[in-house]
Amino acid sequence: MAYTEQEVLAGLAEIVAEETGLPTDAVALEKSFTDDLDIDSLSMMTIVTHAEDKFGVRIPDDEVKNLTTVGDAVSFITGAQA
Amino acid sequence: MSATLRQATGPAYSRILAIGGVRGENVVTNDDIAGPIDSSDEWIRQRTGIVTRRRAGADVDVLDLSEAAARDALARAGLQGADVDAVIVSTVTYFHQTPAAAAVLAERLGATPAAAFDVSAACAGYAYAIAQADALVRAGAATHVLVVGAEKMSDFIDPTDRSISFLLGDGAGAAIVGPSDTPGIGPTVWGSDGGKAQAIRQTHAWSDLREDPSLGWPTLRQDGPSVFKWAAFQMAPVAAKAMAEAGVTPADIGAFVPHQANMRIIDQMIKQLELPDTVAVARDIAETGNTSAASIPLATRRLLDEGQVRSGDLALQIGFGAGLVYAAQVVVLP
Repeated sequence: MAYTEQEVLAGLAEIVAEETGLPTDAVALEKSFTDDLDIDSLSMMTIVTHAEDKFGVRIPDDEVKNLTTVGDAVSFITGAQA
Repeated sequence: MSATLRQATGPAYSRILAIGGVRGENVVTNDDIAGPIDSSDEWIRQRTGIVTRRRAGADVDVLDLSEAAARDALARAGLQGADVDAVIVSTVTYFHQTPAAAAVLAERLGATPAAAFDVSAACAGYAYAIAQADALVRAGAATHVLVVGAEKMSDFIDPTDRSISFLLGDGAGAAIVGPSDTPGIGPTVWGSDGGKAQAIRQTHAWSDLREDPSLGWPTLRQDGPSVFKWAAFQMAPVAAKAMAEAGVTPADIGAFVPHQANMRIIDQMIKQLELPDTVAVARDIAETGNTSAASIPLATRRLLDEGQVRSGDLALQIGFGAGLVYAAQVVVLP
């Protein structure tokens, strides 16, 4: 069963909160991972790995640089679900 | 009627008899190298956990580092060079295509005519070589095997490279592997993934340099985030498998000695492996930097010197790096 965009956002927010210590409500669609949430490239890979596990999708390393905002990641994950 | 061939057999068990090591003599701080990469001490610490890296002087080469580490290990084992009948050097920074560093090292140590060969498995090289040494001893092919991981990484750095150069240090670690009455080296879990050969690489081949001298001296590069993801999340299961194949659990482990690539990889692996607080974790990278094949024996030596572990404790060690290649095993500390 596919996750809705809202469910992906909620799940991703939990993962980001776990990695960064930020509150989950700070993780909104328009937020930039680097500029707004201060997430560096290594933390981003940790978040990506946990997201792959949680949502059962594969996020290629080359794709990660295109995931600028939380919304980009939510869209990619939602679309990548079989 | 043909004769029946005799095949050699050896002792049932092997173990590491001693570990020695040497670091590059120069202490290089983050401030020393931050300028050309437009970075800072804070950024480097936060990204890597590295405070200083140790680098050797211009007059010191891989063989010099190897010899110093080997002599330290031999002295700790109470052995002479002549007692060694096989020498394995793991390095990716020796300047001669041939002959192997191991043969020259054996001669320097008075170990001639010991069997001698080099291993090219980058940051996994020490763990690869320990697997070889264990097999040689238990097969009866050698009695005392000298394993050396030696690198002068500073010969392959580009001061303006932000991907890997600032991590790297110089040093050598050595172990003597010999026969044992009790099990001392657990099964090695190892492998490779050449599909990711470009993840950690040399900028160009020597043959390219011959064709176009303007390319200059080749140096190292890595895709840092990709390597981080692979190391932090795919290597923990390899380490877990090494424990399972050795028949031990995290509660039995005295020390965790991962290749010293990045403190954040180490921290993530601890989390993935769910190691208890009782396990001493090697964090030599903070002072030594990433010394590739030398990092595991140097980090182990530090744990022993600082009294964080004792002889007889179990250490889970895992090397991983360019290839990509990896190897893990549980060993009894000397």
